[in-house]
Amino acid sequence: MRVLVTGASGLLGATTARALAARGDDVTVMQRRPSGLADAGLREVLADLGDPASAGLVRGAARGQDAVLHLAAKVDVVGPAIDFERANVGGTRAVVDACRAEGVGRLVQVSSPSVAHAGDALVGVGAGPADPASARGHYARTKAVSELLALDADSATTGLAVLAVRPHLVWGPGDTQLVARLVERARAGRLPVLGAGTALIDTTYVDDAADALVAAVDACGVSARGEALVVSGGEPRTVAEILTRVCRAAGLPAPRLRLPVPVARAAGAVVDGVWAATRRTDTPPLTRFLVEQLTTAHWFDQRRTRELLAWTPAVGLDEGFRRLAASYGTT
Amino acid sequence: MVSAVRTVGTGPLPHALPGLDPTWSRTVVVPDGRGRERTWHLLDNGAEPVHGTLVCVHGNPTWSYLWRGLLGGVPAGWRVIAPDQLGMGYSERLGDDEEPWTVAERVADLGRLTDALGVDGPVVSVGHDWGGIISLGWALDRRERVIGAVVGNTAVAQPPGDFGPPLIRLAHTPGVRPFGCVATPIFVRATSALSSPALPKDVRDALALPYGDAHRRRSVGDFVADIPFAPGHPSYPVVAGIAEDVKNLDVPALMMWGPRDPVFGERYLRDLRDRLPRARVHRFEGASHLVTEDAPEHVDAVAAFLDDLLDPPASDDARPAAEGSGDRMWTALEARADDDALAVAAGGGTVSWRDLASRVAALAAGLRAAGVQPGDRIGLLVEPSTDLTTIVYAAWRAGAVVVVADKGLGFAGMRRALRGGTLDHVVGHRTGLAAARAMGLPGSRISVEPLPAPVALLLGVSQDLEGLVALGAGAEAPPEPDLDADCAILFTSGATGPAKGVAYTHRQARAEVDLVRATYDLGPDDAFVAAFAPFALFGPAFGIASSVPAIDVTAPHTLTAPLLADAASAVDATVVFASPAALRRVVATRDDLTDPQRTALAGVRLLMSAGAPVPLPVLEQVAEVVPGAALHTPYGMTEALPATDVSLAQIREAGPGEGVCVGRPLAGVRIGVVPFGRESDGPVEHALPEGGTGEICVSAPHVKDRYDDLWLTQRRSASYVGWHRTGDVGHLDDEGRLWVEGRLGHVVRTADGVVTPVGVEQRAESVPGVSAAAAVGVGPEGTQQLVVVVVPDGASSRRTGPRGPIGVRGADLDLADAVRAAVGTPVAAVLAADRLPLDVRHSSKVDRSEVARQAARSLAGR
Repeated sequence: MRVLVTGASGLLGATTARALAARGDDVTVMQRRPSGLADAGLREVLADLGDPASAGLVRGAARGQDAVLHLAAKVDVVGPAIDFERANVGGTRAVVDACRAEGVGRLVQVSSPSVAHAGDALVGVGAGPADPASARGHYARTKAVSELLALDADSATTGLAVLAVRPHLVWGPGDTQLVARLVERARAGRLPVLGAGTALIDTTYVDDAADALVAAVDACGVSARGEALVVSGGEPRTVAEILTRVCRAAGLPAPRLRLPVPVARAAGAVVDGVWAATRRTDTPPLTRFLVEQLTTAHWFDQRRTRELLAWTPAVGLDEGFRRLAASYGTT
Repeated sequence: MVSAVRTVGTGPLPHALPGLDPTWSRTVVVPDGRGRERTWHLLDNGAEPVHGTLVCVHGNPTWSYLWRGLLGGVPAGWRVIAPDQLGMGYSERLGDDEEPWTVAERVADLGRLTDALGVDGPVVSVGHDWGGIISLGWALDRRERVIGAVVGNTAVAQPPGDFGPPLIRLAHTPGVRPFGCVATPIFVRATSALSSPALPKDVRDALALPYGDAHRRRSVGDFVADIPFAPGHPSYPVVAGIAEDVKNLDVPALMMWGPRDPVFGERYLRDLRDRLPRARVHRFEGASHLVTEDAPEHVDAVAAFLDDLLDPPASDDARPAAEGSGDRMWTALEARADDDALAVAAGGGTVSWRDLASRVAALAAGLRAAGVQPGDRIGLLVEPSTDLTTIVYAAWRAGAVVVVADKGLGFAGMRRALRGGTLDHVVGHRTGLAAARAMGLPGSRISVEPLPAPVALLLGVSQDLEGLVALGAGAEAPPEPDLDADCAILFTSGATGPAKGVAYTHRQARAEVDLVRATYDLGPDDAFVAAFAPFALFGPAFGIASSVPAIDVTAPHTLTAPLLADAASAVDATVVFASPAALRRVVATRDDLTDPQRTALAGVRLLMSAGAPVPLPVLEQVAEVVPGAALHTPYGMTEALPATDVSLAQIREAGPGEGVCVGRPLAGVRIGVVPFGRESDGPVEHALPEGGTGEICVSAPHVKDRYDDLWLTQRRSASYVGWHRTGDVGHLDDEGRLWVEGRLGHVVRTADGVVTPVGVEQRAESVPGVSAAAAVGVGPEGTQQLVVVVVPDGASSRRTGPRGPIGVRGADLDLADAVRAAVGTPVAAVLAADRLPLDVRHSSKVDRSEVARQAARSLAGR
């Protein structure tokens, strides 16, 4: 199959592009900066998807593809709304337009469970509809808009099948978003457990998430289309356990700091205010969104996902933590 | 026919209401008995009445909204029509110059409406509150087409000596009625405020919606005024006539009853039951007056009732007949009437066979002479004692039914249970009778001891034991009650939901006695200690001496080794019946035994522990206390005790497995395992391949007759004809041994299948540092995650008992790893707790639902 993967410079994008190539697919990757995958023999197109001037490049990359796997997005907890709009909504629009114009048959839109999350505990729920109005933060809101936009393009008449996939908390060796930040803070002795630390949270090991996206490319328009599926490992753990295991893998002691939830929430609110007022764009220590994420349950009913994608995680938590430890040289 | 009705609108409902499909609502115009055209509002599910039509009549001050559950929930082929009575709901109001409608007019006008709606096939009348009498009156007018009747909390007559429900009487008082019912919405609002827990606000608002102003409430007041409380009332003859004729309405009836109703209390249920002998009664525990609101399961009950109308259930003939001895409960006692040997030692007193036999005979005759009728129910609030034994055997001999709810249920639980037991008499010591008064129990009062006249007056005591014995002494013995008549209502422990009353007949009780006697080979040379309440009364039936330890048998954990030894030496016991909670303490206090006490216990040849499984290590320690005894742990429940039996040696031989090995079925007992969730009937045997886990079913001569006034529960428990579904889950192994894996309500339904708790807990408890464990599920069924809550060694809590926080927190990660490794099934979280909530009666059954609730709250975060 000929597949275009956008956003392959990130951990999940790169891993998925490699997995597709490894099974013999003809893979093109497209993102702003070189991904390093060209060295591995993949075709690479450099383009800023959010820039309207890139439309021609995007169309060119989409030409002749059987499927597009769209991961490119601006992922952050701070920054001006316009940047998220441009990268996430604009980028998705460019991809959808290119798919339509070039007659691509399948589009797998990589989304986020946060598009349907209004702050309540998620306990064994399925993928609710994306809701920009109640999504928290610029990232979640713009991802909600782009998921709706992509699913709206699903059409039997144009021949474009669209499937939205929402991987939840992807982590693994080489992850600069989640794991690296936790470890960095733990190393500085500044990683707190918020509240009781007993919120049950599911995560997805990166190779399992990549397998799910490969499965989604195969399933799109065949067994599933026009809907969103949450992808997660199906092995939820308490926040405290996850943090402790990450620390152990990195050879660090378990976090000792405890921060009561109301304090954390207040601190998050202050940080939000300061960062907004001063227009800082570095990563803040705590935001309200983060506090919410770390103190409420997030785990999902995976039955439909696994049935439609014919996928189950091959690596899982235990092996994932072993590999993470190996990457830190602690085993 | 339907076309003859002028439908004037699709419905006057102002906006969407919770649970109500707006397409059900419409209005029709039908002339009434006064010759005027009236606009009725009604709900109609519009179904083709293949089987028939339900006509549902609401009471006052409600409206057809009350029936929305049935409109959407009856099986296919049943049309459901629920009109708003004239002047009520969204139906037409009375003109200012008009006289209020009378009951007779309402019955006739309802008939005009249903005729106009083309209801001409089989019908089922459904009524609630004052809709009850109207619906039954309507049914009597078309008797040939009525195939069933359903009533909620209602009354058709005032039982003798009754002056009507006090609250309604208050609303009826001339000065109160216009104010309370019409000028203000007090009555309308108060009705929906009776529910506990409170109804959702949107539902309460919907119930009050049609009664927004005084004009719209006029009929609410008229309705109250038309309730005939005295023969002089114009509607009295009509109501009395319906109440009388109902006795001839020979169709199946369903009574769905909210026992917390302060308006229509137990006496009304009883009156109705007497009038409708074919009634099935289901008391929805916790529900109040608005039973259809408080108990959404009423829809299941009505659906089951309708299914049974079409396909009447097979009779319970499939139950295995008791071969047994043919003896009655009192046969062995009467056989030893000339024996001066000790029969019972209990409550600090003793009685010989001779004295017990003569007192039982005299008391039985005395009870009859004092007016206790066969079938009368006698509530027992008497501590274990020779008096209690006397009363029970005399009651049985006189044909009365003993109702027993132990103190372990707590005051509220006992009150709920005994009030539901529809008592005719209460027997108690002074404290028990005071409790009966506090509980508001019905029935005459019999005191165990003579009371000073003022106290007797205060407690309403009419008789005492000695007086009745004297009354019956020398009198002719009452005729023996039928073997298939009820003899006892025993309440379950409530460890697995509200306590249920379990009805036993003489035949079944006798089968139980015969089974226990045969299983443990009880012979004339035996004597036993009963530290397990249910067996404390069986000594005379076995024909062997018995002794009750000097403890509260309903608080088994107070039994110590010395107290057990003293009880044993009182009768030279060879057999001990105990429970797990008692044994734990006995083991803990075994070093306090004196040498004579050790000698007394050395004479015990058999110790049986019932009520809940006993962990193997505890059993092994028990063996040290009674060194000469074979240890047995039968499996059974209030509904069938015992069903299987296993000895310590057999447990060791079986080794570890999934769940607790409870041994093989006893003689005459069959055990089957049926797949989860299979509701259909069919053969139970081989329903699952050997080793398959499912719900455990028991068939035996001593299985309960039924659940008392819990028709729906009984129907479910007996859905396999001739079998009792236990609600326990487990499997049979290839050697025919039963393994119990937990309660049906506690199985964890994960995306990968069902996980049963007991095996998981046993493996978790094998981890060093874990003293107890509970395996529970969190999240939606079908995608639940398994969570193990452990009590680490050395954890302590001042709290005990079933309620209150258990101190759930994240467990240490090393402990969690060890538990996961031991459990072998994916575990999402290992939590630590200070304690586990235990049931009161056995102090050994973990309330996993409560653990799950607290674990789920913790794991949801915040």
